[in-house]
Amino acid sequence: MSTILDTAKRLRAELGADYHDLLIEAIYTDAAQIADSCVSHDTKKARLTFDKMLDRILTHPIGGFVAMGIMFFIVFWITIVGSNIPSQMLADFLLGAVYNTLHEFAAALSTPAWITGFFIDGVYLATAWVVSVMLPPMAIFFPLFTLLEDFGYLPRVAFNLDRLFAKAGAHGKQSLSMMMGFGCNAAGVVATRIIDSPRERLIAIITNNFSICNGRWPTLILIGTLFIGNTAPPALASLVAALSVVAVAVLGIVMSLIVSWGLSRTWLKGEASVFSLELPPYRPPQVMKTLYTSLIDRTLIVLSRAVVMAAPAGAVIWLTSNIIIGDTSIAGHMVNFLNPVGLLLGLNGVILVAYIVAIPANEIIIPTILMLTLTLGQNIAGAQSGVMLELGDAEVYTVLTQVGGWTLLTGVNLMLFSLLHNPCSTTILTIWNETKSLKWTAVATFLPLAMGIIVTFSVNLLVHIF
Amino acid sequence: MNTQTLDQLQIGQKAVVKRLSVDGINRRRLMDLGILPGTQLQAEMRSPLGDPVAYRVRGALIALRREQAQQIEIDLIEGEE
Amino acid sequence: MTAVTATCETCPAYNAAALKKLGVQVEAADYIIALAGNPNTGKSTVFNALTGLRQHVGNWAGKTVSRAEGAFRFNDKKYKVIDLPGTYSLLSTSVDEEIARDFILFGQPSVTVVVVDATRLERNLNLALQILQITDRVVVALNLMDEAERHGIQIDVRHLSRKLGVPVVPMVARKMQGVPELLQAIEQVATGAYVTRPYRIRQYDERLEQAVQTLVEAIHAEYPDLPNARWVALRLLDGDASIEQAIREGRLGDLTRNNEPGVIALEAVS
Ligand SMILES: Nc1nc2c(ncn2[C@@H]2O[C@H](COP(=O)(O)OP(=O)(O)OP(=O)(O)O)[C@@H](O)[C@H]2O)c(=O)[nH]1
Ligand SMILES: [Mg+2]
Repeated sequence: MSTILDTAKRLRAELGADYHDLLIEAIYTDAAQIADSCVSHDTKKARLTFDKMLDRILTHPIGGFVAMGIMFFIVFWITIVGSNIPSQMLADFLLGAVYNTLHEFAAALSTPAWITGFFIDGVYLATAWVVSVMLPPMAIFFPLFTLLEDFGYLPRVAFNLDRLFAKAGAHGKQSLSMMMGFGCNAAGVVATRIIDSPRERLIAIITNNFSICNGRWPTLILIGTLFIGNTAPPALASLVAALSVVAVAVLGIVMSLIVSWGLSRTWLKGEASVFSLELPPYRPPQVMKTLYTSLIDRTLIVLSRAVVMAAPAGAVIWLTSNIIIGDTSIAGHMVNFLNPVGLLLGLNGVILVAYIVAIPANEIIIPTILMLTLTLGQNIAGAQSGVMLELGDAEVYTVLTQVGGWTLLTGVNLMLFSLLHNPCSTTILTIWNETKSLKWTAVATFLPLAMGIIVTFSVNLLVHIF
Repeated sequence: MNTQTLDQLQIGQKAVVKRLSVDGINRRRLMDLGILPGTQLQAEMRSPLGDPVAYRVRGALIALRREQAQQIEIDLIEGEE
Repeated sequence: MTAVTATCETCPAYNAAALKKLGVQVEAADYIIALAGNPNTGKSTVFNALTGLRQHVGNWAGKTVSRAEGAFRFNDKKYKVIDLPGTYSLLSTSVDEEIARDFILFGQPSVTVVVVDATRLERNLNLALQILQITDRVVVALNLMDEAERHGIQIDVRHLSRKLGVPVVPMVARKMQGVPELLQAIEQVATGAYVTRPYRIRQYDERLEQAVQTLVEAIHAEYPDLPNARWVALRLLDGDASIEQAIREGRLGDLTRNNEPGVIALEAVS
């Protein structure tokens, strides 16, 4: 065995350090010779000016950012506006028609109440809820994103923004996994695969959660409208509400840069890493193929993972609300126990319990909060234990302020907590799959949560001091 | 001919690589990208934030950060185009 | 310049009996085909064309990270295809590179198809030449011929094939052009009907060449049947730790690694 290794060692010492250079130079010299002898250029057509022109616009100091802004505004606008109607239709169908039919069916069979409760109000309802809120935006966002990718635009974004990320010790391509995170953090974590140096990739994985995902936008928009928009004069209300949501999203981007910076200077310090970014030629996207692939592969995979997570969560939500121990349900005990902590953070017990039991999907946070608030407090809207519910905006406001005792502070802190808390369980699972490291999965899970606790606590403290 | 490092190359200018003053994995990566002594490259565009810069190397457009470009010594090719 | 033959599913060379896409049924294949090449040259597009699968394709370097597998049947033989991550070289040690390199070196593919970007031949030949040092059974798929044409680049395919000593097939994988020719070339190399004479790098420094010879003899003394002793020698001279390890544990020649998809090499960071 070792004769080979010994010989190699001896020869290596004889050859010296520039062996590798010699070899690569030899290969490139040959490659250049062969290519020269086979390739001829038609000088008339030689340079494609279209690519160059497009690049000049898309990486222009002003034009580049304008183009980037417009491009992503359009993507998010189409996603949000375009998914409204199908979401509503799906909700009417799955949460209305199908849900009612299931109940009628169960009633006809005179199924015991705990069975219909557990399966229909728990497992089915949570799953259906997640599907109807999640599917339409994803089915729009992913294909649009993939079209930009297919065209060759995304590497230009990384090129434009790289300096920001370089300063934070990260890779420019992190801008893209971040962007993907605005659709879904689990998909964003998978998208970090494009970053080929391990240290920068880990940074991108850990900070992806600071991109507000699809599941959190509705929460922010609702609370922003009810608690912040309403503080402004009616004419400005929707503008102020929108600004508050954008402010939280921007805070997320800032956080992700700050945390990247911190990580690259502490835990993930000192690793040699290489930067490389190739800008491919622009290519006409294959629209139909892209739509098909991204719909089937990305959307359905993410959705199916979410469903796998939502079903047990539905069961847990129903069970905790319906198993009574002593004077109240398990959920009631949890709320009472966590209420002091919640109040310290400017939140309340119900909110914390909702974030615990609804960990599979941010989409079901608000329905869970409403259900818990009503069933544990004064039930003015006819909620049933363990049955998540949806109400009109005005009703939500009444329930939260009058029954839940929410104030402006609660609203603001919920928005902050929505940004800064642990990733949903689908994302945690994905992080584990991508890193296979307990340590980094734990860091990615608890770091944002710790930050959320510190930030909401500080805000609460400041409000009480001043 | 005058010797400088790649980060000093202006957009549109061409140069030939003279020496890579870096070792280890970063040197290997540069060579993998086709950047080695004797290679011709042209600075093609600068990121709007000033860094990185994209260079045309053996037909491909490759972005390098300033600290990488500083490790590449070049001879400027003057008077072309 | 050889024009890419326009083909479609109705052309005689492409009759359904000859090619049958088998998707993911990869068991019990007669031949194993590896798809290698620089990033973003269309490997996954070729993979999809051969297997009928929908491996992700994207316009940028590093789209495929882990290897994907698929299968097809051609003239009654079953082929298993492996779509490897794109690499610039096999001489460094990034994770993607290791997946690709280990497979070509130790996975013993019957044929390695090197997918080459026709608009950047010189750059792509760097990798192709490295692969020709590892294995004799190579087919070069000269992809993106449509873009080459738009850029006014003409390639003498026959000359290239003669120089490299392996079949070279011009393709536009995205439009399925050149697929029948590629299948034929794969079959001929797999069955040995086409005897390749792979190009050997000539510009070695003399000292280097001698060192390689000495080491190849030492390797052959212990592993007389090792097909790619020359490459192993080159890597050992470079101090490649994973190959040293393979020798120390006596695994050289039968080592096939199964890398987990997308898992970060954490040893590198913590
Ligand atoms: N014009 C043209 N585009 C092609 C052709 N083949 C592939 N493409 C496009 O080239 C891009 C890269 O294709 P992929 O198949 O993902 O390339 P790959 O080699 O697998 O890339 P990596 O996995 O990143 O190494 C995609 O945008 C394809 O649509 C072709 O023959 N002509
Ligand atoms: Mg690929």
